[in-house]
Amino acid sequence: MSEKINLRIDNIAVSVTEGTTILDAAKKINIRIPTLCYHEDLCVAGNCRVCMVEQVGSDRLLPSCAMPVAEGMEILTNSLKVRNARKKIIELLVSEHRAECTTCYKNGKCELQELSSEYIVGEDGFIDLIPFKDYTIDLFSPSIIKDDSKCIRCQRCIRTCAELQSVSALTVSHKGDQMKVTSFFEKPMYEVVCTNCGQCVNRCPTGALTERTYIDHVWAAINDDRKHVVVQTAPAVRIALGEALGMPPGEIVTGKMVAALRRLGFDSVLDTNFTADLTIIEEGNELLQRLKKVLVDKDESVKLPMTTSCSPGWVKFIEHVFPEFLEHVSTAKSPQQMFGALAKTFYAERIDADPAEMVSVSVMPCTAKKFEADRPEMRSSGYKDVDYVLTTRELALMIKQAGIDFTSLPDDDYDSIMGVSSGAAVIFGATGGVMEAALRTAYEVVTGREVPFENLNIEPVRGMDNVREATIKIENPLPDWAFLDGVELKTCVAHGLSNAKKVMEAVRAGAADYHFIEIMACPGGCLGGGGQPIPTSPEIREKRSEAIYLEDELKVIRKSHENPEIVMIYEKFLKEPLGHKSHELLHTHYKGRSRY
Amino acid sequence: MSKKNLKRLDLIFKNEFDTEAILAKTLVRSHDEIINDLISSGLKGRGGAGFPTGLKWKLTADNPGDEKYVICNADEGEPGTFKDREILSSVPHKVLAGMAVCAKIIGAKKGFIYLRGEYKFLVPELNKILDEFHALLDKLDLAFRVAIFLGSGAYICGEESALFESMEGKRGEPRNKPPFPAQKGYKNMPTVINNVETLAHTYSIFKYGPEKFRDLGVKDSRGSKVFSVSGDTPIPGIYELEFGMTLQKFVDDFGDGDAKAVQVGGASGFCVPRKKFSKTVIGYQGKLTGVSLPTGGSMMIFNSSRSMYNVLHNYLDFFVEESCGQCTPCRVGTQQLLLGVEAVKKGEKPSSYLDKLLDLAETMRITAKCGLGQSVANSFSSIVENFREEMIY
Ligand SMILES: Cc1cc2nc3c(=O)[nH]c(=O)nc-3n(C[C@H](O)[C@H](O)[C@H](O)COP(=O)(O)O)c2cc1C
Ligand code: SF4
Ligand code: SF4
Ligand code: SF4
Ligand code: FES
Repeated sequence: MSEKINLRIDNIAVSVTEGTTILDAAKKINIRIPTLCYHEDLCVAGNCRVCMVEQVGSDRLLPSCAMPVAEGMEILTNSLKVRNARKKIIELLVSEHRAECTTCYKNGKCELQELSSEYIVGEDGFIDLIPFKDYTIDLFSPSIIKDDSKCIRCQRCIRTCAELQSVSALTVSHKGDQMKVTSFFEKPMYEVVCTNCGQCVNRCPTGALTERTYIDHVWAAINDDRKHVVVQTAPAVRIALGEALGMPPGEIVTGKMVAALRRLGFDSVLDTNFTADLTIIEEGNELLQRLKKVLVDKDESVKLPMTTSCSPGWVKFIEHVFPEFLEHVSTAKSPQQMFGALAKTFYAERIDADPAEMVSVSVMPCTAKKFEADRPEMRSSGYKDVDYVLTTRELALMIKQAGIDFTSLPDDDYDSIMGVSSGAAVIFGATGGVMEAALRTAYEVVTGREVPFENLNIEPVRGMDNVREATIKIENPLPDWAFLDGVELKTCVAHGLSNAKKVMEAVRAGAADYHFIEIMACPGGCLGGGGQPIPTSPEIREKRSEAIYLEDELKVIRKSHENPEIVMIYEKFLKEPLGHKSHELLHTHYKGRSRY
Repeated sequence: MSKKNLKRLDLIFKNEFDTEAILAKTLVRSHDEIINDLISSGLKGRGGAGFPTGLKWKLTADNPGDEKYVICNADEGEPGTFKDREILSSVPHKVLAGMAVCAKIIGAKKGFIYLRGEYKFLVPELNKILDEFHALLDKLDLAFRVAIFLGSGAYICGEESALFESMEGKRGEPRNKPPFPAQKGYKNMPTVINNVETLAHTYSIFKYGPEKFRDLGVKDSRGSKVFSVSGDTPIPGIYELEFGMTLQKFVDDFGDGDAKAVQVGGASGFCVPRKKFSKTVIGYQGKLTGVSLPTGGSMMIFNSSRSMYNVLHNYLDFFVEESCGQCTPCRVGTQQLLLGVEAVKKGEKPSSYLDKLLDLAETMRITAKCGLGQSVANSFSSIVENFREEMIY
């Protein structure tokens, strides 16, 4: 039984349940206490000490993020003692920080900068410690830049990587003045178990962890008249981009985004959703083929459960942590890479462009996609299939640079072909979406009937629960699929790599008899990806999720196999799912990597 | 001057071969009786924080938990102190008896001695004693076992919650409090953690009763205390003294006749200048006697040949290195204090910068996460305030 605790904060009475922190109690009455190491998604660290408050009658201050309320407490959040201490702590952090704000990628978006401007940290602060320090700027990763001179040691990244992702690529090393955030044996992030998911980047309050930006490369391509620059946009970008351009979370800005991309000068504005639909056809057929080989042919070389492969953070994770399960991963490339391979083949042919002069750009909610595009396998068009990957945040910056007033842009439509998509494709951006899209198609392929869920909404796989399971019984299949009659198709959905790990451990222990598992590396799926606008929180991700499912509902076509461009590409180019061309362009393989 | 002239006590180090009898007599008493004895004896923790030991045991006994633990803190990381090592090597059975009684009261089946890594050489002997002790416990029908856990060498691991983290295989970083060890200690279970000396004192209380202990010392500081005396003294070493002695008396007994300051409680303690010797009493109460000394027991005497700037510089070097580094005021504050006093000394900053540093030390005291960062101000402020000229010129 949790009891109500009564206290006063800045002389305002408040009553909260036992165990609530002073910080949360203050929030309840709209008193903002500054924080740095605190993050809603993470356990409490209590190490920055910016959130200190005064308890009347106590000598020492209390960390409001870590301190539970007590009956009768009198808390002051803005006393002279608190303000002095808070300012000193901010000054200390600034003194240890390479505060070259004007040349920092996080300029204007840094939480330390915001606090030091609020508290007027001036020139008369403490001695600049940076000249006394050795620091490393790790530029090796294609996805993430880690600049220790900007690190305030809040350990949000470490907690993110350990708690949300169970990767623990980052850790604290040394103590005292040498204490720092580093990776295994202080190797570059590129060489360790890091999955490039970017969740740490999403939560780093400063410029210590940022995505590697390719904005200038993309501008150079756009401004080069010889180049035909194709851009694709991932499902989850359209419901989050607005946040980085001054709009509230949960706005669908698909039309404005397309208009902006055209204004920026991209030659073809196309949609990753098209290849999301294509992924469903390829991956869905792969699943059915695996089921047939296991159930009918008793082929022991074929592995079930099959897992999805569209999240490159997940792919790198399984390569490192469960390499013995690589044959379980669908061979279908991610939608980004399918798109890249088709852009410089099928699409180039169609528009009569020279693939050598084509530049393929993608806008992704993700930092791991940058690494994925660089994988040596991803050159099946004969060229680098995707040349540059931009995050949602980078696209927002380009739009700002171009002086475009985003909110007043009229809606525009994608180019055709490879611009049309179904509602099934857009839900790829939410955890459970790939599963739902695959079931909408696979069930119909097998039975000739629509999935038995109202309005095609497969509710059991939706939502934000860590791991969700759904079983669909197949009855009266079409003659080709008679062997599936009565089979209960068991599926599982997990998001965030720590949940993925739990599911895979269950599979390894033989405690899970799933047929198909969807895994997204990021909390909430791509809508919570490492390239999405900052900040992130459960509430923000919920809003983005609502927008995604609304976008699905608003689509006329809700099933991937009904996308007319998909029908056309099989007729004119690919011929059949899992066919020769598909294997060449749309499927890939994986490699085991070290655990560290 | 010879040691014999000193007014010393011989409670702790007196070897008494009656562990079995004392344990047999104590273990049959009611838990309340034992706890009440401890409380009325006035025994407070000798590891630094000075928390009443009886109350600590009572709180831990009252908190529910599937498992509970008794841990003897033998990390003894304070430079120049080795009193806990002396106790463990000369009268280990007293410490073990204290742990066993505590285990029975709180309901623990397992106990640990968290032994400073450098004291590894004690392990073979301690293991032998543990075997005998376990046999005795079997005879007395108490299901309790003690194991030795070797520390990793960082000073901060002596702080109780960092010690638990370290025992759990994690980096030794202090935790947020609450929860306190009595609620969630080792493995998040209710845990009693006591200093070696504290546990040894419980033995005397079981044996002689609370009055005898209470009769020693003054007001809030009861019993005797083991001190490591070092610095400018002709007779450095370990001494058991009664609480309540003035520093003047202490310096008369231990100094070389030219003492200008005494550092009470090591790097985390206070520096007392000569003019305050006669007004300062060794004990828990009063600011200058350091209520919050992380490790009690270090007494360092400085004579007039010493530069107090160098003394402070050494302490700050120590803190800059030994801070675990997690919290801002301590990690960055210690670096700023060190660079700051250097800058003033070199004339790169005006002497008024010392006031900014005193302010900073005060902020560290009220905002740092654990006792280490909180107590930097003790030595810093007491040295800078009392020897300001030495900092500047
Ligand atoms: C930085 C730091 C170092 C400490 N080192 C020790 C130590 O070496 N030995 C010890 O007994 N207590 C040490 N303590 C105190 C412990 O946290 C704890 O208060 C003590 O072990 C409790 O035992 P007591 O109640 O018997 O004093 C240290 C505290 C701090 C903040
Ligand atoms: S990118 Fe992801 S895996 Fe890599 S360090 Fe950050 S949180 Fe960990
Ligand atoms: S890299 Fe960023 S998130 Fe990690 S500790 Fe440093 S400032 Fe905090
Ligand atoms: S005060 Fe110092 S030692 Fe204690 S938690 Fe903070 S940084 Fe670590
Ligand atoms: S936000 Fe509370 S200590 Fe960092």
